[in-house]
Amino acid sequence: MEFFLVTLLNSLSYGLLLFMLSSGLTLIFSMMGVLNFAHASFYMLGAYFAYQTSVYLGFWPALVVAPALVAVLGALTERYGLRTVHKYGHVAELLFTFGLAYIIEELVHLIWGRAPVPYRIPEILDFSAFSVFSTKYPAYRVFMMLVSVGMLGGLFLLLTRTRIGLIIQASLTHPDTVEALGHNVPRVFMGVFAGGAALAGLAGVIGGNAFVTEPGMAVSVGTIVFVVVVFGGMGSLAGAFVASLIIGAVQTFSVAFDVSLLTLFAKLGFTPDPQSAWMELWKVTIAQAAPVLPYVLMVAMLIVRPKGLMGTREG
Amino acid sequence: MLEVADLHAYYGKSHILHGVHLRVGQGEIVSLLGRNGVGRSTTIKAIMGQVAGSGSVKFQGQELMGLKTYVISRRGLGYVPENRDIFPTLTVRQNLLLGQKGTRESGRWSMEDMYQLFPRLRERADAPAGVLSGGEQQMLTLCRTLMGDPDLVMIDEPTEGLAPKIVEQVASLFDEIARRGISILLVEQKLAIAMKISQRVYVMGHGRIVFEGTPADLRASESVRKEWLEV
Repeated sequence: MEFFLVTLLNSLSYGLLLFMLSSGLTLIFSMMGVLNFAHASFYMLGAYFAYQTSVYLGFWPALVVAPALVAVLGALTERYGLRTVHKYGHVAELLFTFGLAYIIEELVHLIWGRAPVPYRIPEILDFSAFSVFSTKYPAYRVFMMLVSVGMLGGLFLLLTRTRIGLIIQASLTHPDTVEALGHNVPRVFMGVFAGGAALAGLAGVIGGNAFVTEPGMAVSVGTIVFVVVVFGGMGSLAGAFVASLIIGAVQTFSVAFDVSLLTLFAKLGFTPDPQSAWMELWKVTIAQAAPVLPYVLMVAMLIVRPKGLMGTREG
Repeated sequence: MLEVADLHAYYGKSHILHGVHLRVGQGEIVSLLGRNGVGRSTTIKAIMGQVAGSGSVKFQGQELMGLKTYVISRRGLGYVPENRDIFPTLTVRQNLLLGQKGTRESGRWSMEDMYQLFPRLRERADAPAGVLSGGEQQMLTLCRTLMGDPDLVMIDEPTEGLAPKIVEQVASLFDEIARRGISILLVEQKLAIAMKISQRVYVMGHGRIVFEGTPADLRASESVRKEWLEV
């Protein structure tokens, strides 16, 4: 029970972090039709910027400065990169973001090196918030959840309660019509791209020190975020939310289960031949298979329901 | 007010408009007639800057060619697309609000005017626009564009697929629009309506204007109707 509760809390904080990333990606996708391969690179930049800012100014300024810097980079990427490439079609846009991801990774190598940087949880949050039976739960995880939930609420209010939110919602499906009504849709696109980048950056700020800030973080998180977006349904915020929590739970819980098919067979009173070539497969535990489970889920979803959990288009 | 000269337009490599000339005066209702696929909708889209084009589009003396769609719209040109592009997940009221260019009501039309013209929209104000009937959606697209206070509206196939009673309502809205000094450029398939409400008509064929005149002229010219309009 204790193990279950702690893992549940961990999976919740991780899932919310995933949503911070996938929400931006899915908004950008449904609005511009671009699957932004560099999205997780913005997450990585957020973590590195936060590390660098915290060296000079401390963690709290970094919480604001890093996402703001990433937002500016996002805006520039859209304005001077994607918008220029746009006329050559979606493939060119896709390749552009793909190349950008590599450029960002190499730049990170050049500036901060290949080893992880010592970006740590601020001391003021480095204590245990409460105890689940005998396990002390770290306050920083609680802080992560608070920031995520705050961002979730802010995003919801922005999209449903403000005029700019209505324009964004309408532009998701009918950008041409919105522009014909006199709204500066290109600027809305830039704003959404910058906002999505800022969310990814914020995820980097609060995730970079909870996990590890190193040049491989973009790739490892990026693929999971794609799984989330495909699983939840391309372009669906609600889908991305549910999928983030599910994939977060799958990843967090699976590493903790030391159960294999062999264990299951034993329970059923069946003993496979130890000489069998299949034996190696029976011995694989869920924990060992954990890294591949999200992808298995994605492939299964694509076969059963190609548009994803709540998606509106085939994808 | 609107003067289009030698307008060419392209979809990728195919050349759709071959030098269209047309003119709409202040407070005038002008119809653009012709069979499907002759370039009537493309003409409007090219004026609106939604299709790549060349030539000259002057509105109130200013050149619009090459400007972005939202800039053209802010100059006072309204566009009601033919496919009833309502925003389905937003409510009727939110759809109307998005028609406004600023945050406040200004100009000739208020939300109240729309509700009085079409009481149905008031009844459905808080319903998602996607659940409205085809006719209601058509009213909504029209009203949404009017909320932006255009000086000239271009309306693409407003009566297509509507019940006769609603067609009458839409036609009476045109009268109301014209009464407030707004010009209308109408793309219409139903000859009877176009002839009844327009001051002048253009007939298009193969990406060009092939006839220009009053409805009476067109009525008199059987050859034009036979060659370019009747099926």
